[in-house]
Amino acid sequence: MTAWLLVAPVLLPVLVAALSFALSGSRITQQVLGVSVLTLTLTDAVVLLVLAQRDGPQAASMGGWPAPLGIALVADRLSALLLTVSLAVALAVLVFAIGQGNADFGESSPVAFHPAYLLLTAGVGMAFLAGDLFNLFVAFEMMLTASYVLLSLGVGSGRIRAGMTYTITSLTSSLLFLTAIALCYAATGTVNMADLGLRMTQAPDGVAATLSVLLLVVFGIKAAMVPLHFWLPDSYPTAPTPITAIFAALLTKVGVYAMVRTQTLIFPRDDVWLLLTIVAVLTLLVGVLGAIAQDDLNRLLSFVLVSHIGFMLFGLALFDEAGLTGTVLYTAHHIVVQAGLFLVSGIVVRLSGTASLASLTHRAPPPPVVAGLFMLPALALAGIPPTSGFVAKFVLLQAGGERSGWPVTVLIAAALLTSLLTLYAMTRVWRAVFSAGPDRPAPRREAGNVLMLAATVGIVGLGVAIAVGAGLLGEISEAAARDLVDPDGYREAVLGGGDG
Amino acid sequence: MTTLDLAMATVVGGLFATGFFLLLDRSLMRILLGVIVLGHAANLLLILSGGAPASPPVTGSEGPDGRLADPLPQAMALTAIVITFGITTLLLAMVHRAWQLDGHDEVRDDVEDRRIGTVHDRAEERAAAESDLPADRGERR
Repeated sequence: MTAWLLVAPVLLPVLVAALSFALSGSRITQQVLGVSVLTLTLTDAVVLLVLAQRDGPQAASMGGWPAPLGIALVADRLSALLLTVSLAVALAVLVFAIGQGNADFGESSPVAFHPAYLLLTAGVGMAFLAGDLFNLFVAFEMMLTASYVLLSLGVGSGRIRAGMTYTITSLTSSLLFLTAIALCYAATGTVNMADLGLRMTQAPDGVAATLSVLLLVVFGIKAAMVPLHFWLPDSYPTAPTPITAIFAALLTKVGVYAMVRTQTLIFPRDDVWLLLTIVAVLTLLVGVLGAIAQDDLNRLLSFVLVSHIGFMLFGLALFDEAGLTGTVLYTAHHIVVQAGLFLVSGIVVRLSGTASLASLTHRAPPPPVVAGLFMLPALALAGIPPTSGFVAKFVLLQAGGERSGWPVTVLIAAALLTSLLTLYAMTRVWRAVFSAGPDRPAPRREAGNVLMLAATVGIVGLGVAIAVGAGLLGEISEAAARDLVDPDGYREAVLGGGDG
Repeated sequence: MTTLDLAMATVVGGLFATGFFLLLDRSLMRILLGVIVLGHAANLLLILSGGAPASPPVTGSEGPDGRLADPLPQAMALTAIVITFGITTLLLAMVHRAWQLDGHDEVRDDVEDRRIGTVHDRAEERAAAESDLPADRGERR
């Protein structure tokens, strides 16, 4: 039973993607198929989350081969939580995309969109559930291949240029990942992450440190941590809104998840990780300073995205239960908030016809509904009290406060400065896009397509729900962090009796 | 724990060096070749992690030293080869599209980034011009 629950988030979207491609003649069928399969997997993810929270990690081995040799799928609290949040966002973004597609293209929207989108969610699901490094590699490839297709779907030389940058960078990181897998196997004779954690302790220190840093670079490229972030603000903004939103929400977070999973499970450490502390400070500051310099709305949001990856690295750099609780909470909140902001930006750009802040100041502002939809996630991103961002940042800063040493102090200072500058960047957007002025036309009345608006309301509502349910979510995150620091339960679930 | 013989280590190292060198080029075709060579390097390393060459991974047909090769890395390498092959095809299609659209296959700069850079340069020039003026007058006095 559990085995089927674990396979479903991977298998269902893949099968339906094939069906959707075969039935590409009918737009409605594709849309119904996509929405219903994502609803089904979302339900499945919620069930997994409840099971993982109640009974601990759930594991299943595929094809009858026992764990260290066969392919294992594992859902512990961390992966089940992120899977649930990701699928909820993926569903909302799909609804937005359907609304936009109907409004913009009618019957002529690209045939490959729905299949590629479903393959992307299948890859994301598999990455969260993968129990061994090689399966994680395959999941990344599935997700990235779908994303290459989505990014370069439309014609136009700008899209191709950005798509090439993105594809080549991701591909380089994938090949490095493959190299890391080969070296891990040569050093320990296993690629199962639970098993690797046990065997890596017997490998020489130098080998373990090299592999740890190699994996950090691999996932650092995917998660866009500075100085490996250059591809992101260049490629994301060129794609259509729903695609940018789903990339920004999910792809970088999968990189962060993989980083957290591999570093805690395979290379556990007792003290603050100095290298990652420096990288986190750089990511926070470079990202947000880049955002302030931008004029294009979507590029600004992309730089803010890079900057806030730094908060997730913050918790991992501390390498203790409190810090990891912050990372888990921040990742879950950021998936929702970032997707919401990109969707609102999509609505704004559609209404006004430009993404340049300088030109937007002279156009009629969008209706107040859209302004409200922008304000909630923007405040959450800056970490203003009752929002979800405040809770996550509070946990992170509190965790930082408990550790001593100047690197952590610098990190806390950088995090506070970044929050302040994020607020500044968001205020700039607010002033340029939404605020009324004497030389500006009156706000628009119509807010565009109903489906697009409904999807955005859904995502923003999810962000509010995270803030309201912060108690429950905090409890799950704390338990998830406890599992990460002390992975015996995970190992037992994977290596012992994982026959499903 | 498996060890690598020197010849194979040199080959893998050479492939990685060549791959990364080609990847740094501005021509998309050369970048594509770089990706292919890098893929070969990673796959070869994956196969080598399973043990010394010349021993087959089939029971009953042990190699010259009576040893079996580990079949798991070979299975993984096979999967990885298929993946790199698929992505190479996709890249080739994109290079072709870039060539069709632009008439060349050079990597182009990020336009928006350039624009922000020039905005900044111009602002600096203007600021420099403004601060130079009073200073000139001061010298004349």
